[in-house]
Amino acid sequence: MIQLSQISKTFNKGRSNQVNAVNGINLNISAGEFVVIVGSNGSGKSTLLNLIAGSIYADTGSINIDDNDVTKLPDYKRSKWIARVFQNPLSGTAPDLSIIDNFRLAAIRTKPKGLSIGIDEKFKQKVREQIAALNMGLETKLDQPMGTLSGGQRQALTLLMSVTDTCKILLLDEPTAALDPRSADMVMRTADNLIKQFGLTAILITHNLKDAYNYGTRLIQMSEGAVIHNLNTDEKLQITQNVLFEWFS
Amino acid sequence: MDFYLTALIQGLCFAGIALGIYISMKIFNIPDITTDGSYTLGGVVTSVLLTHQQPLYIVLPAVMLAGAVAGAFTGFIHTKLKINALLSGILVMTALYSINLTLMGRSNIPLIGTASLFDVLHISSSPNNNTFIILAAFVVLLAAIISYLLKTDFGLAMRATGNSETMIRALGVNTNRMKIIGLALANALTATSGYLMTQFQGFADINMGIGIVIIGLGSVIIGETIINWFGITSAWISLALVIGGAIVFQMVLAVTLSIGVDANLLKLVTAIFVLLIVSLPRLAIKNRVL
Repeated sequence: MIQLSQISKTFNKGRSNQVNAVNGINLNISAGEFVVIVGSNGSGKSTLLNLIAGSIYADTGSINIDDNDVTKLPDYKRSKWIARVFQNPLSGTAPDLSIIDNFRLAAIRTKPKGLSIGIDEKFKQKVREQIAALNMGLETKLDQPMGTLSGGQRQALTLLMSVTDTCKILLLDEPTAALDPRSADMVMRTADNLIKQFGLTAILITHNLKDAYNYGTRLIQMSEGAVIHNLNTDEKLQITQNVLFEWFS
Repeated sequence: MDFYLTALIQGLCFAGIALGIYISMKIFNIPDITTDGSYTLGGVVTSVLLTHQQPLYIVLPAVMLAGAVAGAFTGFIHTKLKINALLSGILVMTALYSINLTLMGRSNIPLIGTASLFDVLHISSSPNNNTFIILAAFVVLLAAIISYLLKTDFGLAMRATGNSETMIRALGVNTNRMKIIGLALANALTATSGYLMTQFQGFADINMGIGIVIIGLGSVIIGETIINWFGITSAWISLALVIGGAIVFQMVLAVTLSIGVDANLLKLVTAIFVLLIVSLPRLAIKNRVL
């Protein structure tokens, strides 16, 4: 599904504050894999995710998604395959737009945004049912601005929004970092359910080693812009949580 | 009474600027100063076409196109060349001064005996009443179109562009393109104000746009204050309030003049009035917290 070959990215090239964020990474992610990436701050995890999403371009190497060379494709074009959930709950939704407006935009992620009104009673009913499945009581508040919801509610809705249009890849960049433990748990379980239900290829960045241990079918540790551990499903099942903690000591 | 009717008509003429600034400032979060130039451009295109005996029905499309091109330039400079929005607007506004002067060939074109939007229908025998009725219908139509646009999928994408750029890019929208379109639309509306005002006052002048952006800002801020007070989310009511803001603004200026304030001080009064509306809600909130 996603092939990275020899991907490198350097920020501030040639200046004193030069950072080699990603150093020649080769990574092959098959369809349906749920990859969890851990690593200390500055190890290049977020840069890698942004390279896949197209928010930044690689200096060298190539990226293939679904057998298409997307190396020079901007983020808004890669959205054809990719949905994203950001670390900051504010980034994944538009706070001044209502819940239903946000869902409408998400529902046409892969389609052109035309000059017709897309929100009708049928659409509202569909969204109401989807939101009701979260059991957060938000299905009655469709016209409320997104900004009035809590961070956890917004992250959960962002997750739900990502699967309202055809989605193959879900990128989760520390989706629970800004949330309290209970909301974080709820968001992680929602994410896991949606990934399984829709058979998504997913990449999760997290600092929570418990989540890294409990979720995903593959575990990667990054350090200084390179992959230093890469465990497949079987290997991941064999390690204990303590092994993970040792990686960071 | 005619004095206040004139103020009301002027307020309606400025509805285009108010809507334009609402789109650039409130929806896209871009402070757009192209306004001063594109308003004059609207007036200039109107006067040049009308004095050259061009049919009335091509004047408005030509005016809107001219404004849109001006706005698109600002948008292009801002997004593609990565120049600060304020500076982009100032650059285009400055360039437009020369363009306007070249188009006119002199600094003032009076419209005498030319066709006018306000002579299309004769509903009332009083010319001012007649102008008011046509103008009101025109503005309602304009607001209805913009309000429809904001509810469409495209409009939602527009609103999200100014609200959460990371999100809307992830949802497949080219935000640079969207901003260029938005500024083009905003300045097309601003030019429409120039079109209306030129026909109402019967002339276009190279200096008619100086400081006009403050009228748009003031109107939007007056509208916004009420929108926030009542927590209004409906796009249609928001637009109506912003246009209402333009009318209130002109009314306040009319009252100021009628109580005998020197006309030379009008811009000072305008600036102080806008400062008052901007600061009043903040002062009120501060008191509540204390």
